[in-house]
Amino acid sequence: MELNLNIPSWSDLRFWLPEAILCITFLVALLGDLVVRGRRTWVPFAVSVAGLITAGAYAVAAMNHGLDAGQFQGHTIMGSLMIVDGMAGFFRLLFIFASLVTVLFAWTSEEIMGKRRENKGEFYALTVLLTAAMMVMAEARDLLMLFLSMEAVGLISYVMAGYMRTSLRSSEASLKYVLFGAVSSAIMLYGMSLLYGMTGAMEFDGIRNALISGTVDPFALLVVVVLILAGMSYKIAAVPFHYWCPDVYEGAPTPVSAIFSVGPKAAGFALMIRFFYTTFAAGTDAGTQLVQDINWPLLVAVMSVATMTYGNLVALRQTNVKRMLAYSSIAHVGYLLMGFVLLSSAGLASILFYLLVYTLMNLGAFFYVVAINNHLKSEELSDYVGIGFRAPWAGAMMVIFLASLTGVPPFAGFVGKFYLFTAVLDKQWFWLAIVAALNSVVSLYYYFKVVRAMFLSTPAEGTDMSPLKLHWLQYVVLAMLAIPTLALGLFFEEFKGLADMAIGMMGG
Amino acid sequence: MNVGLPHFLTVSAILFSLGLFGVMSRRNAVGILMGVELMLNAANINFVAFSRYVEHSINGQMMAAFVIVLAAAEAAVALAIVLAMYRNFGTVHADSVQSLKR
Repeated sequence: MELNLNIPSWSDLRFWLPEAILCITFLVALLGDLVVRGRRTWVPFAVSVAGLITAGAYAVAAMNHGLDAGQFQGHTIMGSLMIVDGMAGFFRLLFIFASLVTVLFAWTSEEIMGKRRENKGEFYALTVLLTAAMMVMAEARDLLMLFLSMEAVGLISYVMAGYMRTSLRSSEASLKYVLFGAVSSAIMLYGMSLLYGMTGAMEFDGIRNALISGTVDPFALLVVVVLILAGMSYKIAAVPFHYWCPDVYEGAPTPVSAIFSVGPKAAGFALMIRFFYTTFAAGTDAGTQLVQDINWPLLVAVMSVATMTYGNLVALRQTNVKRMLAYSSIAHVGYLLMGFVLLSSAGLASILFYLLVYTLMNLGAFFYVVAINNHLKSEELSDYVGIGFRAPWAGAMMVIFLASLTGVPPFAGFVGKFYLFTAVLDKQWFWLAIVAALNSVVSLYYYFKVVRAMFLSTPAEGTDMSPLKLHWLQYVVLAMLAIPTLALGLFFEEFKGLADMAIGMMGG
Repeated sequence: MNVGLPHFLTVSAILFSLGLFGVMSRRNAVGILMGVELMLNAANINFVAFSRYVEHSINGQMMAAFVIVLAAAEAAVALAIVLAMYRNFGTVHADSVQSLKR
């Protein structure tokens, strides 16, 4: 038996600095929290913010360096387990940004900090570790690392969903999350073991070489793909693996729901892009033939249509804003899956761009719910009547986020959808584009139900109409999300170019 | 009788099916987790068997070792969550926990 050990060299690790910094930040924040014994809650908060900013700076520097060199085809880390390439760089920046704004906003959230700010800072430490795990998900290029990183993200998320230990809703959310998560990852692992048996390889490029050599039975491959897709669809909450999603988002503390709705989802897409694009070797004739043989386009198109239609139709009759946003996030996964149908680089680049836009607008919408929840202690639509006039600036920004989620020009959501639609229209998938367009129209109704409650409905007699005092940090973070949502709708070329490059610079 | 790859695959397929059946038929959250353990171990058997008969290297065994560790970590987190749920709801039956809207 041949020993095939990849001894990692330490010099590889310099490409892995952002992740290393985040791991150290996690330890410092957790231990620092223990040392100050919850008296100075700002310690873990400040440590996490500092760590995220430092890691972000290194990630930006690495990205710039890669772009300047004209090519960022990637440095493999730890033998061939992980790769840092253009796509990993793109997702690194996305995750660090999402976590940073979540950490900043959570500082003002009563659900996280407690009424008298008595809670400890585990939330910040866990968010930092979640960021590192998600970044590894975007870098994995080996079945072992794929499974380990997915489980790491999963385990941290289960704990974060149950962050409010004494709350019924929070513990129910984490129970549902952990049960569905454990089952779907076990199913995926079984599929991975069969794939390993069929190809005799763990690395994605080894799997590709075995697949395009044509020795694999298409039907067996289809079974394996369905098993693996099941585990990944659970991560991104695509129909029919979405059951956990509304309950978890409703039950978990709202800042946690906010990061769940973008972070692990984007990481799941990163993983799917790298895994399926690399292993199916789209672009080569043998790869294209393989994709046709297992009916991949139809499989994903049906999933995409089911996901967006289900999400939008059920969102219509929700009366709780947080739960409605959960269903809307399911619908958005449906739109994102459209880019996956053809496994073309144009489609994948439009997924990346839409993920960027979606992160901005969806985090913004969730954060507005956090800010309002601090005052109203409610997320019911009926309690939102007249709320727009009590905090006009925040209300205006919420309108921007909702309009962008709908996909109305000139907001960023419109541009993102436009690119997704073109990706499928280019290949004559007209029915898919038509269904998606109809879905967008449906979504207009429930997003504007919120706007109507906020600004247009007349409050009942005796309703408290005093202005709400929001924390200054809340205005800063909401503006950090609202301004790019507007700007990306008008000046999108550069960021679309970045997404194109990220896909172009995906190392095998 | 010669024990070969098909025997291992059969055992693991049976184990996987039993685990899946357990997951779908149990009401008790701890029972569901036990079903998951069976499914993970079914995959482990596959990995080790393929590593011996197909790849002739230790990659598959390494994977199995990692999966065992992860299964332990997952069980620890999941049982802590079940405990928190028992404190709040007074039950470990997954289907009687319904405070969230349908």
